[in-house]
Amino acid sequence: MSVGAHGHHEEHLPLLDGFHEQYSVHLDKFDGPMDLLLHLIKKNELDICDISIAVITRQYLEFIRLMKDLNLEVAGDFLVMAATLLQIKSRQLLPVDDQDDPETEESDPRDELVRRLQDYQQYKEAGMVIGARALLGREVFSRTASEPVLAAAQNMEGPLEVSLFELVDAFRLLLQRIPAESFHDVAPGDSLSIADCINEILSLLQEQDTVQFDDLTRDECTRERVIVTFLAILELCRLKLVRIFQVSGHGSIWFVPAVAADPLEV
Amino acid sequence: MSSELSSIIESLLFTSESALSTDRICELLHEFERDEIKTALSGLAGYHQARGGGFELIEVAGGWQFRTRPAFHSYITRHIKTRASKFSQSALETLAIIAYRQPITRAEVEHLRGVDCGGILKSLLEKHLVRILGKKDIPGRPLIYGTSKEFLEIFGLKDLKSLPTLREIQALDEPPRYERQEELQLEPAKAIPVENDLPFE
Repeated sequence: MSVGAHGHHEEHLPLLDGFHEQYSVHLDKFDGPMDLLLHLIKKNELDICDISIAVITRQYLEFIRLMKDLNLEVAGDFLVMAATLLQIKSRQLLPVDDQDDPETEESDPRDELVRRLQDYQQYKEAGMVIGARALLGREVFSRTASEPVLAAAQNMEGPLEVSLFELVDAFRLLLQRIPAESFHDVAPGDSLSIADCINEILSLLQEQDTVQFDDLTRDECTRERVIVTFLAILELCRLKLVRIFQVSGHGSIWFVPAVAADPLEV
Repeated sequence: MSSELSSIIESLLFTSESALSTDRICELLHEFERDEIKTALSGLAGYHQARGGGFELIEVAGGWQFRTRPAFHSYITRHIKTRASKFSQSALETLAIIAYRQPITRAEVEHLRGVDCGGILKSLLEKHLVRILGKKDIPGRPLIYGTSKEFLEIFGLKDLKSLPTLREIQALDEPPRYERQEELQLEPAKAIPVENDLPFE
């Protein structure tokens, strides 16, 4: 299960090629401004609840200067934090006005940042604890089917959950297959309504037990047809008239008429 | 371990490709009492634990499954090709935030991490570790995310409650990175509502 493929580490790599060795070490290490702040706090042996904003801000800005010409998006996230640090410092410098609302004056301007840092530190450590577990498919293995085909065939019997994400993804793939439309077509006399499409699907389901998403749009593969079909299926799902199954991770999506007593599984 | 029931359950689990829930086993073995089956299951798990063999019986994502011991993975991978790679720190952080704070929106994850998480979230969705639970009833109707059954399966967790609590994690001065984290026993933590708030309801 490689999740890191889109992570920040990889995103940085091509950018780092032309840079000095010392910079790349730094950049590879930090996963965002919070991570960098935590590192600076640890390096300076500061108490997280009592940070010296001046020290941290100076070092933080030095780091920003190093990465100024890098990825703008990353720099953007880091700049927001730099602005926050400077704002806290400037609020610390302002004299405390006793006349103002006593409640707000009591609070240390650093409080919110400290809370966020503590939260972040917790989740960072939680991530490490989770990551240290033995993972299925890496450190731990279970019995699997000898032949993938066999597994697919067996899965045909049992319903498999399809998430909304997969449904939308299938829809997106389908839209990609549709040839580009030419815009000088004569508009068809009658456009397809969702209600018609629902009736069509329901009558198809009466004839055969299962219908594939692809089947529904095969005859007439236009953008309009696909969208109307997709909306019709979502509507049928909402009315609990169909159940949706998927054979494998990227297999076709099937529709089965819902038995009245059965709860909907989507 | 000597009873016939234990052997029957063992044979069921041996042939099963995915984890079998206690409910499913009870359904299959309707001639036995539920309590007997439960006792037999924990007996079996204990037997395989004590045996110290190449695999053990563990409870994962609400079901029972035979799994190899982590110590032997370097030998197993000589035979079985695995495409699984290590998770990046960003992915683990994001997963941890979603696991502990679900249901959660992308904006909330990004606020906690202080950095854009769109790419990581998409990748976690594609790996089925995270799923969309629905939309939040606030302006903009942002999507809300939670962890999936696959997340529990891959990380070998019985349920979400068997995640170590954040307080326990804080108590660990130096989290063990390279050794296997033993399952921590915890008090029933905050129940995280995950099921039943699906987008179609």
